[in-house]
Amino acid sequence: MPRVVVDVMLKPEILDPQGQAVANALPRLGVSDVASVRIGRRIEIEFTGEPDLDRAREIADKLLANPVIEDFTVRLVEADETAGARS
Amino acid sequence: MTARVGVVTFPGSLDDGDAARAVRIAGAEPVRLWHGDPKLHGVDAVVLPGGFSYGDYLRCGAIARFAPVMETIVDAARGGLPVLGICNGFQILCEAHLLPGALTRNQHLHFRNRDQVLRVESAGTAWTNAFQAGQEILIPVKNGEGCYVADTATLDQLEAEGRVVARYVGGNPNGSQRDIAAITNTAGNVVGIMPHPEHAVEALTGPSLDGLGFFTSVLKHLVGAPA
Repeated sequence: MPRVVVDVMLKPEILDPQGQAVANALPRLGVSDVASVRIGRRIEIEFTGEPDLDRAREIADKLLANPVIEDFTVRLVEADETAGARS
Repeated sequence: MTARVGVVTFPGSLDDGDAARAVRIAGAEPVRLWHGDPKLHGVDAVVLPGGFSYGDYLRCGAIARFAPVMETIVDAARGGLPVLGICNGFQILCEAHLLPGALTRNQHLHFRNRDQVLRVESAGTAWTNAFQAGQEILIPVKNGEGCYVADTATLDQLEAEGRVVARYVGGNPNGSQRDIAAITNTAGNVVGIMPHPEHAVEALTGPSLDGLGFFTSVLKHLVGAPA
């Protein structure tokens, strides 16, 4: 069954201290060509019936993301591309 | 008649006991409210306490906002019920859109726990009328996600309308924009504050008695408010 993947990211103008901390750690790995890192959240939703992108958008807008500080995108993926299928 | 002030307990609330104690020391009757019960049991005001409601899963306050008791509180707050959100309670009020903006990870990523000087900027709210504008108070701050953010237009509007209720003085513990520690809604009945007034109501356990003013304020407000 296809799943809906919701990607939630902090808006570009919101400071991401976690991303900065990761970026600051990269030189210790010998990585010097990364300009910035931003951290978000990926949520996979499986519907009981057919996947419903509009419904997923509503869920994302009301609960999964806080539109004051975050943007989100919604897309369909085949089951074998999702984390649940790999585990 | 003694005012009845509700204190909500969510799964993961930590400071509901201290909030109820502060209400009692201020001279009101604390009424414990349960997140799963939509009834407010006739309370005259509500405190949303600090802690980690629903484990702070997803975002702080995001799931608590949909608790049965919150749906009733949101409606009642729009009708003028005084509501004070402390720390996690402030986060819940922002998630519920009763207050603008959001609280994000402390900029330095450390949990900050210390006694903090605040300047009360607005003594015109239901929860701060016992203070003088400009008064400095000392109460504990303890948060990991207390960095207040909002867009510039919202921040300017808060300042212009006198809705910044308190600011951090002598060092900003979390990176909050414009040193904001507490804000209110347009009507002044809903206040969100990141530091913890309920921990500063007794000499034995707090750094001062300055926190008590928030709880005596609401009693003063209720006496003056039309029934």
